[in-house]
Amino acid sequence: MEASPSFARKQAVRLLITFLFVATTLASAQDWVRTGTNLGAQKIRLAAADFKMVGNDAALSNAQLTFNQVLFSDLTNAGIFDMVSKSMAPTVMPGSPQEIDLAQWNAPPANAAMVAFGSISVQNGRVIVFGWLFDAKNAQSAQVLGLQYNEALTPDTARHIAHEFADAIIARLGGGINGIAESKIFYISDRSGNKEVWEMDYDGANQQQITHISSICLSPRISPDGQRLAFDELNSRGGNIRIYSMGLRRLVSFPIHDGTDYSPAWSPDGNSLAFSSSRSGDPEIWISSVAGFGLRRITAYRGPDVSPVFNPKTGDQIAWISGRTGLPQVYIMSSDGTNVQRMTDGGYATSVSWSPNGQFLAFAWSRNYGPGAPGGQDIYVMDIASHRWEQLTHDIGRTDFPSWSPDGRHIVFQRTVHGHSEIWTMLADGTGQQALTTVGNGRMPNWSWK
Amino acid sequence: MKTYRKNSALAIAALAAFLITTGCHHKQAPAPEAPAPPAATAPAPTASITVTPDTINSGQSAALNWTSTNATDVSIDGIGAVETSGTKTVSPAETTTYHLVARGDGGSTDATATLTVSAPPPPPPPAAPEALTESEFEQNVKPIFFDFDAYTIRSDAQSVIAQDASFLQSHPNAKILIAGYCDERGSEEYNLALGQNRANSAKTALTQAGVDASRIRTISYGKEKQFCTEHNESCWQQNRRAQFSLDQ
Repeated sequence: MEASPSFARKQAVRLLITFLFVATTLASAQDWVRTGTNLGAQKIRLAAADFKMVGNDAALSNAQLTFNQVLFSDLTNAGIFDMVSKSMAPTVMPGSPQEIDLAQWNAPPANAAMVAFGSISVQNGRVIVFGWLFDAKNAQSAQVLGLQYNEALTPDTARHIAHEFADAIIARLGGGINGIAESKIFYISDRSGNKEVWEMDYDGANQQQITHISSICLSPRISPDGQRLAFDELNSRGGNIRIYSMGLRRLVSFPIHDGTDYSPAWSPDGNSLAFSSSRSGDPEIWISSVAGFGLRRITAYRGPDVSPVFNPKTGDQIAWISGRTGLPQVYIMSSDGTNVQRMTDGGYATSVSWSPNGQFLAFAWSRNYGPGAPGGQDIYVMDIASHRWEQLTHDIGRTDFPSWSPDGRHIVFQRTVHGHSEIWTMLADGTGQQALTTVGNGRMPNWSWK
Repeated sequence: MKTYRKNSALAIAALAAFLITTGCHHKQAPAPEAPAPPAATAPAPTASITVTPDTINSGQSAALNWTSTNATDVSIDGIGAVETSGTKTVSPAETTTYHLVARGDGGSTDATATLTVSAPPPPPPPAAPEALTESEFEQNVKPIFFDFDAYTIRSDAQSVIAQDASFLQSHPNAKILIAGYCDERGSEEYNLALGQNRANSAKTALTQAGVDASRIRTISYGKEKQFCTEHNESCWQQNRRAQFSLDQ
């Protein structure tokens, strides 16, 4: 049913030649970021036809509408496609390979190299979707993907199947890297009246409150397996690390120590937590098991040490923020505390996040920060090996708390304008910025590991 | 089995003790012997006794007041012979019934007054001089302020620390909570750590000025709680502080 990988590679070479002019127009100073984050030098021209509705009832019509919207938006958000806008696409809904005329899609103005199409129906309380991905330039052997989905009808089924089909297309055309359409973002929202941990889909859908603590929740961090959520609770007893079980829907035990602990971080194997603690006086980075055992301190300089994050690729390095020389800077070290290396050369740098491939750091940086100057604080990406950096946000207010998506192609962040904060996403090269929250204040987003 | 037997033995002992006590009571009842029949001519004595107040806490005192007429010989149990009328300050440790007997030519009479003593005294004596209210604390222990992104004690904070420390030393039982605060700029997480450093600096300064470190707890609110919410330097300065409060 499916095309071989070698076919896909041949196809990619052909596309590269065809769209050389696109590549040249996209060439910019951000090439190294685009390459490192697999966003590619040029994008595949992809059309997503509206899926054909087979049958006729209200539930189906709603499902079809949602499916078409979500599929198109997932493929657009992926960052690796040059999407054919709906206005340029042929106004047909091919429901099967027999019904599609590839020449129609390959011709101007659509100029599609690839077409996703199919049908959706509701039978006996189940949603059935047939989805195809065809190579518009290879009529002889056009099929790249042919997939069938059959899932019980719920209000979320059409959205869910659209995510699955989008991720299959992204994995096939995007170098085998899994899509993020089913990933989650955890964040702090005050819309209930208190700062609680909330969760949403990667595209801002299905926003729901997770904690009901009624104090101040901060720094949510989801575990690599998605089963546990670590965060910081700040109340009149100080700050303490709490762990919430997503399965049990309640807090599970983690030792509390005198209200001096902040900013937890999971090791990629899910067995350890790094966090900032001032239990020995000065705020330092500590590591313990998830049960709170094997506690050890790994920094020892006077001044704030906070916001640790493990190298998600290897687990044997930690990046964190230290004010040991004055204004906060980004540092990295081995997870036993040796090989300390300062990464930023000045300004005010905070909130570091490590890319899934281990190659980059994203962080918030005010390069000209000083007394009396309100922070012109932007998101930057730095290549760890070369210390080369790139500014991703410009003049959009104060941005902070970048967090990498599991595919390394996206970054979610906090954007604050006139004291009001929202959660935004963008591609890892700074393009495609869009708001995910619009209600209350959204802060400190954390993207799930998968 | 052994425990059971032991328990029964205890129960029997308790029963015996109970019987003995009640027995004694019985004997006591007829004790105040009937006074001699009054002489036909002399007027019978009268007597009254009061205690004010009639309820005290142990350690406090009350005034006994008694009067009598036609009596030549007045005595109060536990005190002995007294004037025919008088007052006396008493301070019993437990509830006491003062039984006054007045004898005269016309016979004798008696009167009683009961002074109820409430259970152990509430703890005012030790705590009274120390009970520091939050407002007193706030008036006397002033916050100290910090420079931008700094946690070192400024020279203008030294005198504040000295005054704070001397007040705290004169109230050695007061526990102290030091909370570190930051202005709205910068990152929430980093400011939590910076606020902790500010609270720690204030604690070190107080202990160097002689306040016992074991009385002090520190926390940081970072930029999560603001004293002033405007976006200017005078407001930011208000928010860059270590605040002292009474730790309950």
